[in-house]
Amino acid sequence: MHDMLAQPVATAPAPVAAEGRVVRLGAAQPGDRGVIVDVRAGAPGTEHGVAADELHRRLLEFGFVEGARVEVLHQGAIGRDPIAVRLDDMRIGLRRRDAEGVWVLLDAK
Amino acid sequence: MTDTTLSTARVALVGNPNSGKTALFNALTGSRQKVANYAGVTVERKEGQVATAGGRTLSILDLPGTYSLRARSPDEAVTRDAVLGKLAGEVPPDVVVAVADATNLRLVLRLILELKAVGRPMVLALNMYDIAQRQGLRIDLEGLARELGCPIVTTVATRKRGIEELVAKVDALVGEGALGTANSWREPSAGEIRDAHREAQRILKAHVRPPERPDTFTGKVDGVLLHPVAGLVILLALLFVMFQAVFTWATPVMDLIKDSFGWLAGFIAAHLPPGIVTSFISDGLISGVGSVLVFLPQILILFFFIILLEDFGYMARAAFLMDKIMGGAGLHGRAFIPLLSSFACAIPGIMATRVIDQKRDRITTILVAPLMTCSARIPVYTLIISAFIPNRQVWGFLNLPGLVMFALYAAGIVSALGVSFVIRRLFWRGTAEPFLMELPTYKLPDPANVARNVMLRGQIFLTRAGTIILPLMVVVWALSSFPGAPPGATDPAINYSIAGMLGHLLQPIFQPIGFNWQMTVALIPGFAAREVAVAALGTVYAIGGADPAGGALGSTLAHHWSIATGLSFLAWYVFAPQCASTLGVVKRETNSWLWPAVMLVYMTALAYIAALITFQVASAAGLG
Repeated sequence: MHDMLAQPVATAPAPVAAEGRVVRLGAAQPGDRGVIVDVRAGAPGTEHGVAADELHRRLLEFGFVEGARVEVLHQGAIGRDPIAVRLDDMRIGLRRRDAEGVWVLLDAK
Repeated sequence: MTDTTLSTARVALVGNPNSGKTALFNALTGSRQKVANYAGVTVERKEGQVATAGGRTLSILDLPGTYSLRARSPDEAVTRDAVLGKLAGEVPPDVVVAVADATNLRLVLRLILELKAVGRPMVLALNMYDIAQRQGLRIDLEGLARELGCPIVTTVATRKRGIEELVAKVDALVGEGALGTANSWREPSAGEIRDAHREAQRILKAHVRPPERPDTFTGKVDGVLLHPVAGLVILLALLFVMFQAVFTWATPVMDLIKDSFGWLAGFIAAHLPPGIVTSFISDGLISGVGSVLVFLPQILILFFFIILLEDFGYMARAAFLMDKIMGGAGLHGRAFIPLLSSFACAIPGIMATRVIDQKRDRITTILVAPLMTCSARIPVYTLIISAFIPNRQVWGFLNLPGLVMFALYAAGIVSALGVSFVIRRLFWRGTAEPFLMELPTYKLPDPANVARNVMLRGQIFLTRAGTIILPLMVVVWALSSFPGAPPGATDPAINYSIAGMLGHLLQPIFQPIGFNWQMTVALIPGFAAREVAVAALGTVYAIGGADPAGGALGSTLAHHWSIATGLSFLAWYVFAPQCASTLGVVKRETNSWLWPAVMLVYMTALAYIAALITFQVASAAGLG
């Protein structure tokens, strides 16, 4: 899985998702859907108030695990933040910066 | 067989939030419940009793909802420690009942795997089973029970279905003398959480067939309620309706309570020989009890809305919509509910901050909650506005007194956001808690459950707040009554009391903000609760029994005070911590004198500065 991440990945939101693109969940757009391919401990340059490992474990506990299906449903009005996602059969609301460590392989459109 | 030979068995309910755990607890125990606090922590301990068919008593403990035994908040720590049997003053449970939302099994399966590691005998209650059936979700109960190694009962807590069977299964486990296995639980690492998810996924695949008719209602409703524009408009409309209800529905009942206690105090004063005992009963005790009870209608109505929206599944959405706005001020999205409650009274607001995981987020919310305009400020605002603000139209359509009232509310909100922003920037730099929240499926609230929870909130308010407010009222009464007036005194008795002396002593400090000595004296009994200041001003100006909402007292104040003084008094009341009960509750909720002290100092400083600026500017503008 990690070889996919060796390729350059876009962190800025793309207007249309192309097949096989891997994006950070924190940068995904409403309508983007795919499979989680990697969940990492923290993202560089962001401050979470908890240790990176703690955020990592919380994400995992909520079901952000490799192989889970995820779809961005909604986003907030101000700064497009936070986002509401469907994660397998649950709905979860989270801030974009907390979702930085979750990498999603987008489906073909 | 006699009943007495069977000892009471302890049962703990554990489950994810939104699994209907509390509804199940209510269905099991009915009205035989008791709410207290766990020793040393401010987490609510809910316990109830149920008798089994075999005559055994089960003592059921409703533990706070959690996704993991790895505790993140004080509430979740209680769940972990109770399950592990490490909680001070608690006996470990004989049986753990894992409560699961049958339509949402993935995360709870991982929690169940953790519970299995703890090794206590366990029963799994698949709750909301009717919804699962309606959706065409197929669960292979036997296979799942075999896989998990524990009996499974399907329940519909809101319809009381499956309750007897659950009790029977628990009873059977206790009767067998099931001891469970040794505890092998420890805090899982990231890798272990992943493994547990994989295991949960495997179990799910093997024994649960996905729903044929999955819930589409939630998705459709969210399309509107989480819409960036429509969602916020609906939220604001809901808040508007809520406040209308809190203030208009509650008013007649509050008036009734106020009048009854006033009548009772008057009756006592008229029928008992005048003296210190009568004064204590009528002015200390009866007005003390009255001042607690008078807020009950508003608190019940407010909690009715909050619990209704919570049970419907909307509150998580409200936190989602407000997160960015709150986050800009350094607050957590979840701080929204406590701050909302604080518009009725800061005390339930502060008690509601328990939903916030991180201590720093919680303390920030507690510190700013009293800046929200609570209903106790309204009598003070009304009195001063009616005395000093001319009732005329501005810009053709706005009524000036209404505009001032609105400005006072806005000042409270803006200052609360400002203070939390400063706390974040200066003291707890860059430590924003992750915002990660399940958005539960929408469900029709169960009326019986809502009613029970509203009553419970009211009961908690009366016991918690009552036990703090009442003694404080008595202390303030004593300060204002001792020593009594010397014979032949012409001034009101309060002038000769400790409160009077303190007021005169403090007067030079309050000179620059335009307060005269009568006002300074009135601030001391006003410390019991904000609205008491109105009565206290009446006492100091010797207008006993006058209608406080205007009339005599208002015209007296207009005669004695300059407009600058009136405005300064309003500014003081926006910020001043003129409520000893709030400070008492903060002490209780934070288990430390530090935070009430911080609150007292910062709010007094803000109040003084605001009143100083208001008075000086208004005086300079010729309103002195």
